[in-house]
Amino acid sequence: MQDLDRLRAEALAAVAAAGTLDQLEAARVAALGKKGTVSGLMKSLGGMGPDERKTAGARLNAARDDIAAALDSAKTALEAKALDERLGRERIDVTLPVRPESQGRIHPISQTIEEITAIFAQMGFVVAEGPDIEDDFHNFTALNIPPEHPARQMHDTFYFGERPAKSGDGAESTGGRHLLRTHTSPVQIRTMLRDKPPIRVIVPGRTYRCDSDMTHTPMFHQVEGLVIDETTHMGHLKGCLIEFVRAYFEVDDVPVRFRPSFFPFTEPSAEVDIGCSREGGELKIGPGAGWLEILGCGMVHPNVLRNCGIDPNRYQGFAFGMGVERVAMLKYGIPDLRTFFDSDLRWLKHYGFLPLDVPTLSGGLTR
Amino acid sequence: MKFTLSWLRDHLETDADLARIEEGLTAIGLEVEGIDDPARHLGGFVVGHVLDAEKHPNADKLKLCTVDSGAGIIQVVCGAPNARAGLKVILALPGTLIPHNGEVLKKGNVRGIESQGMMCSWRELRLSDDHDGIAELAADVPVGARLTEVLSFDPMIEISVTPNRADCLGVRGVARDLAAFGLGTLRPLKVEPVPGSFKSPIGVRLDLSAETLDACPLFAGRHIRGVRNGDSPQWLKDRLTAIGLRPISALVDITNFFTYDLCRPLHVFDAAKVTGDIRARLATEGETLAALNGKIYTLEAGMTVIADDSGPEALAGIIGGEHSGCTEATTEVFLEAAYFDPIRTAATGRRLEVLSDARFRFERGVDPAFVVPAMELATRMIIELCGGEASEPVIAGTEPDWQKSIVLRPERVAELGGVEVPAARQEAILNDLGCAVAEHDDGLLINPPSWRGDITAEHDLVEEVIRINGYDAIPQVPLPRSPMPKPVLTPGQRRAGWVRRQLAARGLVETVTWSFLPEAQALLFGGGAADMHLANPISSDLDVMRPSVLPNMITAAGRNADRGSRDLGLFEIGPQFDGPEPGQQRQVAGGIRAGRARGRHWAEAARAVDAFDAKADALAAIAAAGGNPDSFQVVAEAPAWYHPGRSGSLRLGNKPVAFFGEIHPGILGRLDVKGPVVGFELFLEALPQPKAKATKARPLLKASPLQPLERDFAFILDTAVAADAVVRAAKGADKALIADVTAFDLYEGANMAAGKKSLAITVTLQPVEKTLTDEEIEAVAGRIVQAVVKATGGELRG
Repeated sequence: MQDLDRLRAEALAAVAAAGTLDQLEAARVAALGKKGTVSGLMKSLGGMGPDERKTAGARLNAARDDIAAALDSAKTALEAKALDERLGRERIDVTLPVRPESQGRIHPISQTIEEITAIFAQMGFVVAEGPDIEDDFHNFTALNIPPEHPARQMHDTFYFGERPAKSGDGAESTGGRHLLRTHTSPVQIRTMLRDKPPIRVIVPGRTYRCDSDMTHTPMFHQVEGLVIDETTHMGHLKGCLIEFVRAYFEVDDVPVRFRPSFFPFTEPSAEVDIGCSREGGELKIGPGAGWLEILGCGMVHPNVLRNCGIDPNRYQGFAFGMGVERVAMLKYGIPDLRTFFDSDLRWLKHYGFLPLDVPTLSGGLTR
Repeated sequence: MKFTLSWLRDHLETDADLARIEEGLTAIGLEVEGIDDPARHLGGFVVGHVLDAEKHPNADKLKLCTVDSGAGIIQVVCGAPNARAGLKVILALPGTLIPHNGEVLKKGNVRGIESQGMMCSWRELRLSDDHDGIAELAADVPVGARLTEVLSFDPMIEISVTPNRADCLGVRGVARDLAAFGLGTLRPLKVEPVPGSFKSPIGVRLDLSAETLDACPLFAGRHIRGVRNGDSPQWLKDRLTAIGLRPISALVDITNFFTYDLCRPLHVFDAAKVTGDIRARLATEGETLAALNGKIYTLEAGMTVIADDSGPEALAGIIGGEHSGCTEATTEVFLEAAYFDPIRTAATGRRLEVLSDARFRFERGVDPAFVVPAMELATRMIIELCGGEASEPVIAGTEPDWQKSIVLRPERVAELGGVEVPAARQEAILNDLGCAVAEHDDGLLINPPSWRGDITAEHDLVEEVIRINGYDAIPQVPLPRSPMPKPVLTPGQRRAGWVRRQLAARGLVETVTWSFLPEAQALLFGGGAADMHLANPISSDLDVMRPSVLPNMITAAGRNADRGSRDLGLFEIGPQFDGPEPGQQRQVAGGIRAGRARGRHWAEAARAVDAFDAKADALAAIAAAGGNPDSFQVVAEAPAWYHPGRSGSLRLGNKPVAFFGEIHPGILGRLDVKGPVVGFELFLEALPQPKAKATKARPLLKASPLQPLERDFAFILDTAVAADAVVRAAKGADKALIADVTAFDLYEGANMAAGKKSLAITVTLQPVEKTLTDEEIEAVAGRIVQAVVKATGGELRG
């Protein structure tokens, strides 16, 4: 056992001298391998007496552990060095472009309808929908607009051709010409014919007028609102719409003005203006010298309720309607109505919204 | 409706200024559309006094004037012939905007002499066309005073009148509303009958039956002889010019004035050209009338005309005839004041496409009780302005019944209008609007005035009260609501929202396109039936309801390509129209991709879009909508607008829920769009509705602790065999162990026999109870091969 210190020293020296993993492995085999020097001494333990073996065994184990520890740390160091050398040779040009991913957009009309919906949802309005092709009853007659009513001149209506009379046409289906709905109001009628009060709905949708110029497109979008119960009055109408306007434009102090107006399906009727300023040619929604008209509204006309089988002596309520493109243009500074329907990729990417910009009241409608 | 401030003051005694009146008009629902106030641009002008005017030393036609501006003495070079010492002039100092040319005046140098201001003509101030020299002010105006303080201007006000308020199509109606609002007092209108001095040689009659008497229930007339139809007096010309009407002759101007002043259209016939009695009757089919606007109208049976023995002389309530119109030579007139039915007037006007101030008023309903008084007032004015003497009046028919009694329960104002208005105030407002108010057991008994045909029921009275009381006075009340609002979207609406965000997240840009398109395009996409045509399209490009959402997006891709964006992806969620009845429409999520799916890139090869891009979009949309893409059968059938060999449908049962594929190159050619374009159409309503679940809890996750393993197989198959058949067969080989099968390689080419292809699949095995032994794995592999071979007739590739 007198060789142990020497063998230990030699083995540690060989580990320290190893410059590669192969040399290190050779050093391990030489010392701790089956035929290694330290292993050889281990075998000699068998020929010793108990006391001697105990002492020698302890020394031998300690030496072996030292060598094994040295081998481990040398191995870690050599591996680290090898990795460093490899990585040192690996280089990319980080300024090269990434693989392109196309970025989609949500159209401002969809986004605006979602914003409007989020606000009215908070006030308990549910969303209703109805058909784009309508009959005269739902679009006009039931809304208190009889055929010769001058108010029909306010609507430039797209008509279809005369329909062949079909058997089984109900009272509502007159067999006359169908049309493209000129407003979302027919869905008021469909809702009231289907549901019993209390009713609170909003109706987003496509609407059509036979008109095309700088400020009119043959198709546009409206959001209609309807509240029917026993006690809702003009004060609620004001409260509801002022709350909406402030939430939608995200301007707490925007002035809101109600002006008497006329719609055949409401009485009393009002138009709603919001305050704005035009300093330096830039339109800003908020307190200011100017007013912008943004929606029409009023208390539902008793004739409309009656036409839907609702007793006007018991029920009353309000209705309102606004142009989606108009409120989107005002909020987002979009200058030209016609561009909404051009499908110009540059416009869609510029004015469109990111897919994850879901309007919520908890997070704020707009980023 | 236009009028001027001083015209309004003819009817309204008020000290309210223009701003207050503007505010008041809008507050009571007579929305001010514009005000043209000359004084708005004239704030900078002052009164100057010419102290001295000498000839300019370097110019014969110019004068060098010394002018007192009130603030100092300046010198002004002036070319006006009337510039002379002692004159009071309108002086603009440097910095003043000159309305005529829109320029700001600067100090000038005229022929070597500085001019420190400008003496203005009326035209330079845009106050008239007068440019014969500078304007001369009265000698007593104070020097240095602002021009707006020494001259009075008459601002023009334009309001928009809603269709229910015919009474406000006359200045007097506007004044009455403003007076009720508290902006002054309505001046009384004195109607003093003009005594007739002879019997009218022309009679009037109503040639109408009992059923058609409503066309013209009352017709009043008067013969006036010895008139001289010259120019109107200046005040009348000024009134008409201010609202954009051209003065023509006194007789015509008087009728125009009545139209705007009292909302009472009248007509004057040249009595010399009338033969026999004047009568109101219905036209017979094919009669013609040469109207005052120079056009000849062919009348239809049932249109109301005013005629004499020789035929129609006027279209009742719409336009007069050329033949019996008044000219400067007219010396005898027959004045017509009548009541014409609004509905018939509107129908005739619309049918013949005549717009006139008279039609505009009659179709909204003029005051039925003001026919005879208007005739008296007009007779008086004609005699005053044109001289002559009037016959006794001739009247046929009677005033239509306009009397109404309505009970107003005062509490309804608060219940409906949301504002407490004391009963006394309610009564006062209605009184001021011309209603007769009396007590009633339930509240107030109201008789609306004859000029307010729009007031027919209690809610109309509530509106009148809160309108005049002011909408601003209505307190805003929050809408009562439940503390925690419920979801408000239908499942279908939520699905559309998910699909929208998913498609946008996949790089498609949302667009919104017309619901209509050109007939030629509709035909390419299975539409264009006769009953899907609009009768009155805005243009022939937009004349048919769209049978698919794709064509508008494809043509949009073409327009974008022309602008340099060839590679793009668009989607739209909107209706497709299947039939002409309400409800025959389906909500479609459709999208297209055009050009390259991947552009040139340093790390990857460029790639054109293909049918699998469209398929991926369709499957992603289905997944976003909550559908399970694996439950769909993929069938190589699609409508004719897709490439016949590179398109398919996704079906549930036998029902196609989506189509996808390359757009048919022939269709692209017809749409003049360069390919490739791929697209998909997903019918959202065809997706099954999610089942309502009792709990939101999800099934327990069973995650195996054992490692899954993968094995690959390649098969040689007939080219007609669908990959899906292989995958399904392999999956069926061991439903317990096989977790997934995916086709990952396809080879058709030189090394394969004709009509054969090689398809490689990878099978994922998920041990459930214990690790699989080699023997067990071999056994499963054997079953897989067997199942595929059996199902497809193929063989394992060696």
